[in-house]
Amino acid sequence: MSDIYLWWIGADAADDAMLREVRSHVEEAFARRVRVWRGPQRPVDAFDPRRQQHSSTRILRWLLTTRPAEAHKTLAITDADLFIPILTFVFGEAQLDGHAAVVSTARLGEGLGPMTPVRVLRARLVKECVHELGHTFGLIHCTRPRCVMSRSVNVNDVDAKAAALCQDCRARYLELEERGTKAHD
Amino acid sequence: MTRERTRILIVDDEEIVRESLSGWLEKDGYTLATAPDGPSAIARIKAEPWSILLVDLKMPGMDGLQVLDEAKKIQPDATAVIMTAYATVDTAVVAMKMGAFDYLVKPFDPEELSLMMHKIVSQQALLRENLLLRKVLKREYRFRDLLSKSQAMQAVFELARTAARSNSTILVLGESGTGKELLARAIHIESPRNQGPFVAVSCAALTETLLESELFGHEKGAFTGAVSRRKGKFEVADGGTLFLDEIGDISSKLQLDLLRVLEDRKFFRVGGSEPIEVDVRIIAATNRDLKKAVEEGRFREDLYYRLNVIPIKLTPLRERREDIPLLVEHFLERLGVEMNRDVDGVSAEAMGLLMAYDWPGNVRELRNVLERGMVVAQGKVIQAADLGLAPGGAPRAEESATASLDEVERRHICTVLHDTSGNVSHAARILGIDRATLYNKMKKYQIKKTGEPDDDEQAHATV
Repeated sequence: MSDIYLWWIGADAADDAMLREVRSHVEEAFARRVRVWRGPQRPVDAFDPRRQQHSSTRILRWLLTTRPAEAHKTLAITDADLFIPILTFVFGEAQLDGHAAVVSTARLGEGLGPMTPVRVLRARLVKECVHELGHTFGLIHCTRPRCVMSRSVNVNDVDAKAAALCQDCRARYLELEERGTKAHD
Repeated sequence: MTRERTRILIVDDEEIVRESLSGWLEKDGYTLATAPDGPSAIARIKAEPWSILLVDLKMPGMDGLQVLDEAKKIQPDATAVIMTAYATVDTAVVAMKMGAFDYLVKPFDPEELSLMMHKIVSQQALLRENLLLRKVLKREYRFRDLLSKSQAMQAVFELARTAARSNSTILVLGESGTGKELLARAIHIESPRNQGPFVAVSCAALTETLLESELFGHEKGAFTGAVSRRKGKFEVADGGTLFLDEIGDISSKLQLDLLRVLEDRKFFRVGGSEPIEVDVRIIAATNRDLKKAVEEGRFREDLYYRLNVIPIKLTPLRERREDIPLLVEHFLERLGVEMNRDVDGVSAEAMGLLMAYDWPGNVRELRNVLERGMVVAQGKVIQAADLGLAPGGAPRAEESATASLDEVERRHICTVLHDTSGNVSHAARILGIDRATLYNKMKKYQIKKTGEPDDDEQAHATV
């Protein structure tokens, strides 16, 4: 099984405990080896001064050219607030059936006070990471609110879902993977 | 609701908007396409069905409102949402008036976009379910080729179904175009005689001598031109049903002949001496008041009672207006197949006209008006102007409320004859009646083919 790379690209220092937690859930969700990549590069042209946010689409483009060559999928995690041109913000973005995804922690603390329990923030991040990686494997949004692939437009939606794929999405993931392996053969 | 069935077209001149919006919606499983400007969007709307149109308001050339206006004509069922960078109440009001479902201000709040999509998809699922239920209901409202949900007509269908099982003579009463022959055919099909023939004769279309020969047949040499023996309709209908339309128009001699057949179930061919026995079920029909004709001595009382065993009265369309939308849908479906034309429906304004009109030619006239509308309509929706009805469907000013029904009918026939330059067949088609009925009405009202009053006739009549 080829590897998934996690890459912290935020401005602040990486939180290793958080990355470990994300890695363990991603490994469990997709049954693949997950590595934490510590490349020093950062996307330079993703910031939009007019919107005072970072373009997730530009980060994805940058990731595709900068990611480790041996990585099957690369998930970047950032503390920058992300947007796509048509929306006010996004928690993350991924290439559907592609190689790159990005998730932001910037808005995942919403609704929580200054004494933000770290475990809540991490739980949300884990779900969004599994969700965006699910898209890179070709999974689309699921209509079951408990499934990690259900669409989240606010933190309440994120809190409402589990960190795992539902039975149908798991079956679909395995089917897509089998199809992908055959295509490679 | 299956999102795969939802097809979304994004129309925006900015590539980045098209890409990011389609990328976001793609992950919900919708089928997506994009168009960079108004004309290419219209081309795609003409070519394929769309469930949702997301249209940018400000685009060079054809703007979003123009796209919306055109799209509504081509695919009225598609839900349109206007996207704008500048939210003004005015544009929102205009967009909503033009039939947009809602509008979104760029950049959208993800929650707002997601909720709106969910709302549209749920609403469309409900519409589809409603359509399905309406189809099921339509089957309930149907008696063969007749369609009605009115209580009066449902009672007619019930009576007709019961009467079909018997062998009794049926008298169908109703104005021109109410479907008397359709009812007769339906009764025949529902009857135990349905393996036998259904033979229809329009009694008003033929002269007395011709009708006699048509009904009873003739022997060779019975009259000039009778070069061979010919079977009449009574013989042809043996084992089946004979439908005698416009029975109120037959001469007194034929009334007597018919009475004899009904009494004895035997008749003679014209010029023949051998009695012929047949097993025929009679269904007669008329748009005249036969009872009044009996009182005035124009129709034999004994024949009237022979025919009036099971009377079934068809309700005129103006007394069951609730059927109009149902009939419009039904005819558009049928005409669409016959004319190989794909029309989705009529506009709200057109439906208003159809509901307000009095339909002197009844369902047949409605069908003809819709046929005309289908021919004339530019888009997939028939507009009010395509129908050729007077605005409001109300009588014109000079046809004031003080005019009698006969007077309104006379004037309308004159107008149609004048408009068709005296082409009676064409005029009859427009009026939704057959030629024979039109000739009878022209005679009754003393109207020339040109639509002018027949002064000679009047002079004779008053001498």
